[in-house]
Amino acid sequence: MKRWIVLFYMLTACALVFAGEAKPLAEDPVLEARLKSLSQELRCLVCQNQTLADSNAPLAEDLRKEIREQMHAGKSDKEVVDYLVARYGDFVMYRPPMKRSTMLLWLGPFVGFLIGAVFLIRTLKKRAGNEDFEAEEE
Amino acid sequence: MSKLVKSLLPLALFFIVVGFLFKGLYLDPHEVPSPLVGKPAPLFNAPVLAETGKKFSSEEMKGKVWLLNVWASWCGACREEHPVLMDMSKISEIQLYGLDYKDTDAEAQDVLKTAGNPYKLVATDMDGRIGIDYGVYGVPETYLIDKSGVIRYKQIGPITKELLYTKILPMVKELQR
Repeated sequence: MKRWIVLFYMLTACALVFAGEAKPLAEDPVLEARLKSLSQELRCLVCQNQTLADSNAPLAEDLRKEIREQMHAGKSDKEVVDYLVARYGDFVMYRPPMKRSTMLLWLGPFVGFLIGAVFLIRTLKKRAGNEDFEAEEE
Repeated sequence: MSKLVKSLLPLALFFIVVGFLFKGLYLDPHEVPSPLVGKPAPLFNAPVLAETGKKFSSEEMKGKVWLLNVWASWCGACREEHPVLMDMSKISEIQLYGLDYKDTDAEAQDVLKTAGNPYKLVATDMDGRIGIDYGVYGVPETYLIDKSGVIRYKQIGPITKELLYTKILPMVKELQR
């Protein structure tokens, strides 16, 4: 009899373990995928080098919750981003918009590349000219 | 290009880069300029701390210049700021209201009981919803709101004595005219 009682407790203990298994995160996997891809484009303002998707800061959790609710309410990705930009500024976006203040940021690398290319071509031309000259001399 | 200009070019470039880096030393990347400055302050209606059943609506503040200080009992920098807020509460021109952000009533009341209560009233934002509307990302944050309900200034991080007397108080007086 004692054995049976022990067995009974062991089985119920097992049942308890199973009851603690993780529930699926959300009912709607499509929405959850949208949330994930969108929050990877957004910056967490508390730990600024993390995306909203990666951050465990309480604010990031709140914002993910907010975004999820807005998506549930049928808002588009753009509407959600606009909502956040209105509150936290362009800084929340990992890809800042083209504006006068961000011109240098967007065009700077290309300008740098252009200057480098011009410099390279000029140097190469000069060097080629020198070689011709040396060849003639020989 | 003359030889002299050519030889000085790298040095000039070097100084330009140094200039940018030097400027960068004094920029705080945690201070994100709020897009809400110059825009109407989001309206909210929230329970009042320590007064069950009572609610505070930000619309009641129409026609007044007021300060909304977002704080919490768990926030270390708020404690640093607290003495300055106590000073502020003694200045007659300043109407200081608090927003208790993601806190519990009991702990918030405890802080005000032991350190003093500088606020005319404290509204509570337990789930952080009002905070999101105001673009709060790091307490303490303080908003200066004018008579028509427009945010005129946002302070991110603790208010210092210097800031109070050189910036906030003059702005308040200016807006009250």
